[in-house]
Amino acid sequence: MLDIKAIRKDFPILSRTVYGKPLVYLDNAATSQKPSSVIETITNYYQNYNSNVHRGVHALSMEATEHYEAAREKVANFIGAPDSTCLIFVRGTTEGINLVASSWAIPNLGPGDEILLSEMEHHSNLIPWQRVAQITGAVLKFIPVTEEGVLDLENLSALINNRTKLVSVTHVSNVLGTINPVKELARKAHNVGALIMLDAAQSVPHMPVNVQDLECDFLAFSSHKMLGPTGIGGLYVRPSVLKTMQPFQSGGEMVKEVTFTSASWNDHPFQFEAGTPSISASIGLGAAVDYLQSIGMDEVRNHEMAITQYALEELKHLSEDFIFYGPNDISIRGGAISFYSDLVHPHDLGTILDQEGIAIRTGHHCAMPLVRERLKVSATARASFYIYNTESEVDQLVKALKKATRIFTNAYKKNI
Amino acid sequence: MDYSFDINSLDDLYQEVILDHYQRPRNKGVLTNPDISSKGFNPFCGDEIILSIKLDSKGKTKCILFDGQGCSISQASASMLTELLSNKNLDELKSISYSFRAMMRGESLSSGEMSLIEGLEVLEGVRKFPIRIKCALLAWAALEDGIEEYSVKVLKKEP
Ligand SMILES: Cc1ncc(COP(=O)(O)O)c(C=O)c1O
Repeated sequence: MLDIKAIRKDFPILSRTVYGKPLVYLDNAATSQKPSSVIETITNYYQNYNSNVHRGVHALSMEATEHYEAAREKVANFIGAPDSTCLIFVRGTTEGINLVASSWAIPNLGPGDEILLSEMEHHSNLIPWQRVAQITGAVLKFIPVTEEGVLDLENLSALINNRTKLVSVTHVSNVLGTINPVKELARKAHNVGALIMLDAAQSVPHMPVNVQDLECDFLAFSSHKMLGPTGIGGLYVRPSVLKTMQPFQSGGEMVKEVTFTSASWNDHPFQFEAGTPSISASIGLGAAVDYLQSIGMDEVRNHEMAITQYALEELKHLSEDFIFYGPNDISIRGGAISFYSDLVHPHDLGTILDQEGIAIRTGHHCAMPLVRERLKVSATARASFYIYNTESEVDQLVKALKKATRIFTNAYKKNI
Repeated sequence: MDYSFDINSLDDLYQEVILDHYQRPRNKGVLTNPDISSKGFNPFCGDEIILSIKLDSKGKTKCILFDGQGCSISQASASMLTELLSNKNLDELKSISYSFRAMMRGESLSSGEMSLIEGLEVLEGVRKFPIRIKCALLAWAALEDGIEEYSVKVLKKEP
């Protein structure tokens, strides 16, 4: 069991109030809060050894480089990468996916090749592939989503075929909470000679993830959703694939020898990290990994399963207007719960909850096709949990949702 | 930004008239052969308004319908728009729209401008929720776009 009280003390922001009420932060799928250790690590870099990396012979630069590369080691180890040379620091999940699109997909794909996605993708794992398709003539295919909110694998053997060159799916859905059977997809992809990319923005922060166990070729995630700072994330690439990739951005840092008319590329991962990197953020991400590891990712997952289960049960006490999305089976869902009520539009729910100090997300969650064309609503409300959330916060959520229902029902009675 | 609102601001936002328009929208639908038709979409929240307007021989609004989906504020504002704007010419529509925008920006209006937007004052409470102002303006932005397009395409006015 996690000591939530002790954990909450590590997050300074959790003691603030909003409109005079204690903050109840339930928007963790959008971004997580940061513990003191992460904030202090970043401050310490700027106060004590701020310097550029990989280029100075002076003490500060060597210290900064040491911390920067130590952070890469930690992050690579955290996701079970064979070594740190296959962990590229990127700006976040979005940039990681764009890097694969530019450096691997565009040089390798041609007309008639197929890229298989799912219907539950975040825009960041959809739009880059739409662009790849426009540029290369490749075709996008989609694994459908069932009524229950899981991937429909019935026609998978037709969807993954000899023309398939890449399967790119989300590990955990940021809208439905669904944990997808990505290992099975990896095997099927590899059977036809395709590669698989995982959007792990919602899995790496919340559960043990091991890239070798998952047998994936690419995996991208964002620091800011896993207690770390914004502006940094990781892209894992299988070593044998990494060797075949073209540069991403070009400039300093990513080259070895340069003449006026040509250049040779640096070793990876540096080949994919042109320019001065986000040094403080990378080191901050390292501190976030330390924090998560001190708790243990199994413990993180167990806590989220418990609180999600509790929330799903408590939310059932709301009026029947409320629809909840995603699977009921807690073993295949993460800690994000999306819901919709015809009586109180998500946007109005968001405002009313905000007045109670409760932060939730409302809208299409950057998954417009899923929300509009599959769930068939213009928006949903979403509560999403992390290690510092408590059952009492769930109770406050339910209470505030009841208040919102009351405001709109009273009006409704007057208006008929 | 001051986030210490008074307790009553939710009541200011969800006034009876607003919830009434939300729950019993007036003039909802789409015209088959409109003179002006326009769509407003807020990608931030997914709210959507479609306006269709039929003009009479004198260029005055004969029928205005709205369709769409979204939060109480965007839908109520659209419903109120359709009620207020019947039997007006395009210049009048524009003046009303600009006055409404000015009110939502917190500018002080002349009594003439106030009378133009009579009934819409109930939406002023939205100003206490800056993120929701866009919701209130969605239908009006669609109206302005629609008039602009009609002026350029049909009336051949310089944009
Ligand atoms: C499933 C999923 N993929 C991708 C992203 C994009 O992450 P970022 O904005 O950090 O690049 C997010 C977060 O918004 C997400 O939830």
